[in-house]
Amino acid sequence: MAHHHSDNDFEQTNNIPEPQTKAIWKTFGILVALTALEFVFAFAMEAGTMRNTIFIILTIFKAYFIVAYFMHLKHETKALIWSIMLPLALIVWLMVALISEGSYYFESVTNYFNN
Amino acid sequence: MSTSTTLEAPKSGTWDGGNEPLKASYGKLMMWFFLLSDAFTFGAFLIVYGLSRHRHLPYTGEPEAFAFSQQWWPIPEKVFNAFPGFHGVDLPLAFVALMTMILILSSVTMVLAVEAGHRMDKNDVQKWLLWTILFGSIFLGCQAWEWAHFISGTEEGMLLSDGTRIFGANLTINQYGPPLFADLFFFITGFHGTHVFSGVVLLIMIFINTVNGVYHKRGHYEMVEKVGLYWHFVDLVWVFVFTFFYLV
Repeated sequence: MAHHHSDNDFEQTNNIPEPQTKAIWKTFGILVALTALEFVFAFAMEAGTMRNTIFIILTIFKAYFIVAYFMHLKHETKALIWSIMLPLALIVWLMVALISEGSYYFESVTNYFNN
Repeated sequence: MSTSTTLEAPKSGTWDGGNEPLKASYGKLMMWFFLLSDAFTFGAFLIVYGLSRHRHLPYTGEPEAFAFSQQWWPIPEKVFNAFPGFHGVDLPLAFVALMTMILILSSVTMVLAVEAGHRMDKNDVQKWLLWTILFGSIFLGCQAWEWAHFISGTEEGMLLSDGTRIFGANLTINQYGPPLFADLFFFITGFHGTHVFSGVVLLIMIFINTVNGVYHKRGHYEMVEKVGLYWHFVDLVWVFVFTFFYLV
């Protein structure tokens, strides 16, 4: 019995520091506010390039708060930050390039087969 | 003689081994690089979505007069406007907003579990892991409902030029627009849903380990941090899927 008790020493709840959760809930508030803002733009604004640009900027802000604070990347070493962010920046470049290529692809296929 | 002394002398340079130049453990680094490679996969999906979308004509008429057609890419808020229990009511993007909130909330409970792990507070880790498992499972349930609705379709369906109507969507027919739209919906949200499912399985595993005191005996809760990184990444992907699939 005594042995069993010593095995479960960790059940004791003394010596545990108080939780520090203020920053976490603040980040949560920011994420909720940004999502709410996206919905305001989705219904109050005409669809178009301007609205899409706003959506993408708000999305990048949300991504920043998730990666920097929830995933803690902001407090890692510089080398780790760069080894993650640099390849990501390159894939974002590839995305922009290929997506804008889509309309050219559409035009060339249409012109090629419909004439 | 001199050779043996140089061999015995401990190397202490940055890249000589035995230390952590990035101040992160092997496991955490590998999780980061796995997530980077996963980001490439999702990036490829979003590239295909964007390219296919630009390859089709957009709908240019009045939003009120919008009708489903194979001719143009559908407006997302006209496709995703259903809510469980509100049959026939037009609630654009309401359900997906709920799903987004659930996933963000699960990210917060996950980071609270990691924080409790830093304090070696076993009870708090258990509590927040359970909340995260709950929210993750609710999200999966929501996605199952959304898929079921998308597959079975609306009552009106789409009127084809030969007078017949098609209802719902699968990999070859799609009442909402070009078949490619449904294919990409299944692939992108399905691949994300698979990630959420794997995340819930990992969370259940580390929950069992926490209850058994495995991490407490080990002296640290780093495994909770690593699964946490994965879980936040799943949330991050949803933020992008939400923007590019439902908003833009």
